[in-house]
Amino acid sequence: MKGIGVSPGISIGKAFVLKKPEAALTGVLLNNEIEILLEIERFDLAVSHAVAEIESIKANAQLSLQDEELAVLETQIELLTDPQIKADVTQKIENGKNNAHDALVEVIGNFVRLFESMDDQYMRARSADIKDIGRRILNLLDKSGKVTAPEFDPDTIVIAEDISPSDTIAMDIKHVVGFATQTGSRTSHTTIIAKSKGIPAVVGCGEELGTVVNNDIIILDGINGIVYINPAQEIIDDHTIKREAYLRQSAKLKALKDISAITSDGEKITLSANISGADDLDDAFYNGCVGVGLLRTELLFMDRDSFPTEDEQFEFYKNVALGSKNNTVIVRTIDIGGDKHLPYFNLPAELNPFLGYRAIRICLDRKDLFMTQLKAILRASVFGDLKIMFPMISNVQEIRSAKSIVAQAKAELLNNHIAFNADIKLGIMIEIPSAAITADILAKEVDFFSIGTNDLCQYTLAVDRMNEKISHLYDPFNPGVLRLIQKVIEQGHKHNIGVGMCGEMASDPLATLLLLGMGLTDFSMSAAAIPAIKNIIISNSIKKARDIYKNVMEMDSSEKIIAYLQEAAQ
Amino acid sequence: MISKDYMIIAPQGIHARPATTLIRLTKNFKSAVSLKRGDKVVLLNSMLNILSMTIKGGETISVIVEGEDEANAAEAIDLFFTEQLKDL
Repeated sequence: MKGIGVSPGISIGKAFVLKKPEAALTGVLLNNEIEILLEIERFDLAVSHAVAEIESIKANAQLSLQDEELAVLETQIELLTDPQIKADVTQKIENGKNNAHDALVEVIGNFVRLFESMDDQYMRARSADIKDIGRRILNLLDKSGKVTAPEFDPDTIVIAEDISPSDTIAMDIKHVVGFATQTGSRTSHTTIIAKSKGIPAVVGCGEELGTVVNNDIIILDGINGIVYINPAQEIIDDHTIKREAYLRQSAKLKALKDISAITSDGEKITLSANISGADDLDDAFYNGCVGVGLLRTELLFMDRDSFPTEDEQFEFYKNVALGSKNNTVIVRTIDIGGDKHLPYFNLPAELNPFLGYRAIRICLDRKDLFMTQLKAILRASVFGDLKIMFPMISNVQEIRSAKSIVAQAKAELLNNHIAFNADIKLGIMIEIPSAAITADILAKEVDFFSIGTNDLCQYTLAVDRMNEKISHLYDPFNPGVLRLIQKVIEQGHKHNIGVGMCGEMASDPLATLLLLGMGLTDFSMSAAAIPAIKNIIISNSIKKARDIYKNVMEMDSSEKIIAYLQEAAQ
Repeated sequence: MISKDYMIIAPQGIHARPATTLIRLTKNFKSAVSLKRGDKVVLLNSMLNILSMTIKGGETISVIVEGEDEANAAEAIDLFFTEQLKDL
């Protein structure tokens, strides 16, 4: 079965088909009136979060959804907020002293049985909708405590229609050796998680993957994007050999970890890691990073019921600073909105969320949230070499506003006699075309740039990277995108500020020499990608890279550019 | 209180989509709206209760509207059962 290989490697293992588990009763009884009230409140909150989830699905997919599909989502909202469910659940909590989980499981079970027993075929089929909304509320209810994540045997390959952020948040992946999904693309959530963990993955396999059952023997070839279900012995033997060869190769790459990334003609290149928290640091250093080019802070805000306090955030940044062994850590201020939502922060549904209320736009509007984060980062800045980076900057005014809020945060800390690094460096993501084009103007305002190629590519080419129908147009080797990147690097050098890259392109072996030739010296990527990129750097010269860059800039299409780069890599 | 009988003009009856529309329509009014068939009466605010009546095309049901804006509500509901339901 053919899919898209999005995370390299070969794995052989047993299938675990990820389905939302059937909920069991907990048997917990509530003790008093206060617990009863709290439990009812918890239920109401879960319902409103569930409605918000559906609203965001509607908003994200508005353009490609058929009327029919939208109607299904509208019906789901009505079912979620059905007063009969609310009344029955409340009654069970109040009179039966059940917790919200058990009350809901019983109420949903009753309705499912009622509908399943109907004569009408259409109504019988509705029992699936009721189960589905029940599961959705249950997931949200259980999040705030008793998460029942599936337990995996060693060598498990997770098979799913798609893997959502909430699935992976709950998943213990230590025994997972592969992911295969029916839907998805190179930039979907499954891909990002698999790559960052170095686990082979094939996405977009289609409905055929739905025939897999638990414990089927699966071979997953993440290099070529192929999935075998219960293959013949010779195919297993063949892939066992391939797998060994691949592992030897990656072990060789791992051996590179203590070698500096210096080109054969002596140019020192900085390879740093993209991480989501202190837990990722071990893996990053194991792969040979020198510092963190991107600390995403969204994880700190996810999987909870309210915004983290300044102290909670401080602990998070402090742990990263302490774990970074005095290497530079670039902290990106929160980038929510777009496809990332927080259950407790109700963002209204938007027609074009990627062009909407997100990242720095939210921070400049909700100064209270921004201030809390900035103060926490500043406080942590005495424990390591932290830098602050603002995402989604489109003009100089946003930089000035953000800097003035940083100044306010510093003043508050000073007034309260709290220590911070007064000279903390400030930078911006270059991911909006206007920022790339005006890099000469913006360079005067900040200490560094970091090029975010995923969004820069999506905005420059007007290609929604969540839309699978046009994924072939999402092309970082488009000459227009390459010229923007080159201009940003050039302007950074001209104004003597640092320029790095933290998008997907930084980890693409095909792009490495081209970017070196453009003058890029700071690459930040998922830890697992570092050895391969380092290997390219130490085996090549800047001179060769410059020649490649010159030739590429004379080519008129990405087909030619990609073919040329593939040839040059041989 | 206003009560009126309607024959269901949608061949598929009151399935999820018209039920969604109907619930949202009645939310615009303060009046309580209920559906009655035989002895069974349900409030028109619960999708599950409406669906569980399994109202099929060609059947006749009563709609009961009661409240301060019942005249306006009854008018909107009348339009729903006589016109809009055809297209849902």
